[in-house]
Amino acid sequence: MYLDYVIRRFGIMVLIFALAVTINFALPRLSPGDPVEQQLSQLMASSGGQVGDVRAMVESYRQRFGLDQPVWRQYLDYWAMVLSLDLGFSLANYPERVGESIAGAMPWTLGLLGMATLISFAAGTLLGGLLAWPRAPRWLGWFAAPFMVLSAIPYFLIGVILLFLGAIVYRIFPAGGGFPFELTPRADWATVSGILWHATLPALSIVLAQIGAWAIGMRGMLVSVLGEDHIVLAEAKGLTQRRIFLWYAVRNALLPQLTKLALTLGHLVSGAILVEVIFSYPGMGYRLYQAIQSKDYFVVQGIVLILSLSIAVTMFILDLLYPLIDPRITNRRN
Amino acid sequence: MGPALARLFRGNPALVAGATILGALALAALLGPLLVDPVAAQVGSVPPRRPPSAAHWLGTDAQGRDVLTVMALATPQTLKIGLVAGLISLTVGVTLGLVAGFLGGLVDTVVRTASDVMMTIPGVAILVLVAANVRSMTVDLMAVIVAGLSWMVAARAIRAQTLSVRERGYVQVARLNGLGGLRLVFVEVLPNLLPYIAASFVIAVGQAMLATIGLEALGLGPQTELTLGMTIFWAQFYGAVIRGMWWWWGPPILALALIFVGLLLTSAGLDRVSNKRLGGP
Repeated sequence: MYLDYVIRRFGIMVLIFALAVTINFALPRLSPGDPVEQQLSQLMASSGGQVGDVRAMVESYRQRFGLDQPVWRQYLDYWAMVLSLDLGFSLANYPERVGESIAGAMPWTLGLLGMATLISFAAGTLLGGLLAWPRAPRWLGWFAAPFMVLSAIPYFLIGVILLFLGAIVYRIFPAGGGFPFELTPRADWATVSGILWHATLPALSIVLAQIGAWAIGMRGMLVSVLGEDHIVLAEAKGLTQRRIFLWYAVRNALLPQLTKLALTLGHLVSGAILVEVIFSYPGMGYRLYQAIQSKDYFVVQGIVLILSLSIAVTMFILDLLYPLIDPRITNRRN
Repeated sequence: MGPALARLFRGNPALVAGATILGALALAALLGPLLVDPVAAQVGSVPPRRPPSAAHWLGTDAQGRDVLTVMALATPQTLKIGLVAGLISLTVGVTLGLVAGFLGGLVDTVVRTASDVMMTIPGVAILVLVAANVRSMTVDLMAVIVAGLSWMVAARAIRAQTLSVRERGYVQVARLNGLGGLRLVFVEVLPNLLPYIAASFVIAVGQAMLATIGLEALGLGPQTELTLGMTIFWAQFYGAVIRGMWWWWGPPILALALIFVGLLLTSAGLDRVSNKRLGGP
């Protein structure tokens, strides 16, 4: 049963990846004109011709695209290229490879998004659980209301307001970047605190926007769990309220929250990308923005591909973990 | 119609608040363009970088545009993208959901897998690729592109409800009476899904607008047209936040925040209506 489930989930992951690669392959070919020349001439126009040896680049790219080959052959070659993790060169910073460019940006995004999601998931789930708990204090409802409103607003809009308040009006936090300019990164406290200092505002915009969403989901789930028989039994047994809340109610309501985490992963990443743009945070989102501004098509393509792939893999890992938390899941057909 | 409408809103403060906010915004979007002089939204038509004053109620931006005029012209455009994209994705989603839920089998598997896969891929990432390959972006094209990535929520919701409605007594009776195929779907099933379709529409509009302003913030929006997202993009592009020009980026953010809060409240309110009608949890 577990094997069946794993195979099905693996299939979904492969499908997502195949779709992303195919879209990457097809889009430039569907648009009219020679993709290489179009991209390079756009680049030329915007940078006044200072992009190095253009003719050699056109030649090398045409060969890479293999535009003289039949389409199925091009498609297979494209797959071979992707699977060998060869994403080509950056057009704007020519000798730099797309892979290197992405590798430099990835840790920033992972750190920011991972921390922000962890904090908001924990805080939001707890808040939502308490909201549904009949014995929770009344002021909690008033406390939670602003978060519910914020959950409707896109992260990066909150980011703009936080940037204005935290870095311009009150000059507490830096206005951009991921790291103090004057420092060289070392494994010491100054480095770590510098990174955290720069990450506070971007992370806060994601956390503020997410807490409400997690709380709403958890509240709904806990209300239905509280109506179940095992809660009545636990109360009849005379267990402490705290124990009933944490081990009988919250624990059972947690799984749908984790499912929701997997489903909203794409949404989270899309949101975080834009937050990075607002704060010039040196992650994948800001790199994507720069690449779009400088018409660096291969970097854009590479980032999109890596983002889709990493989300597909993360989903798969989460899917593998569910049955360990709730064995019922492998039995469910739908 | 009147009493039915009153019943819909009574005891549902979320729906009342949501509909009020969205209604006020729609009214402003309809009347706004009639009350302002569009010349003041052109680059260089007014002195640049002025804070709010009697002459320019919301100040002017770095390119010499009157922010109030820009807002009046941009709000309808943004709402238009949301509505058009929402309608397209609703049509696609409802059709796929109905077909999948009603026919079941292979069709169902294909639709379900497709919507699962599409939901996983970060929408903005795919949109970035599409938009980067389009020569010149317009408001209408934007709506179509965005719709392609927001049909999944409607498809999933309608499919799930179709599955449950399909087994109800009255549908079974209609089937036994010899009603079959399309007529059965459109006469017996579809009307009973209306509350869900309404809720899906609100969600689809919200998702479409989210994707739209995301693309615009990355600089892939309609560069020559005025929308709320493009206004924020230009403000960000010219460093309005760092330069303390709050009157430039503040109004579009406030307008967008109101739109999104209005959509959230409306969808929460509609949720209550449909749960009451169909006896859900």
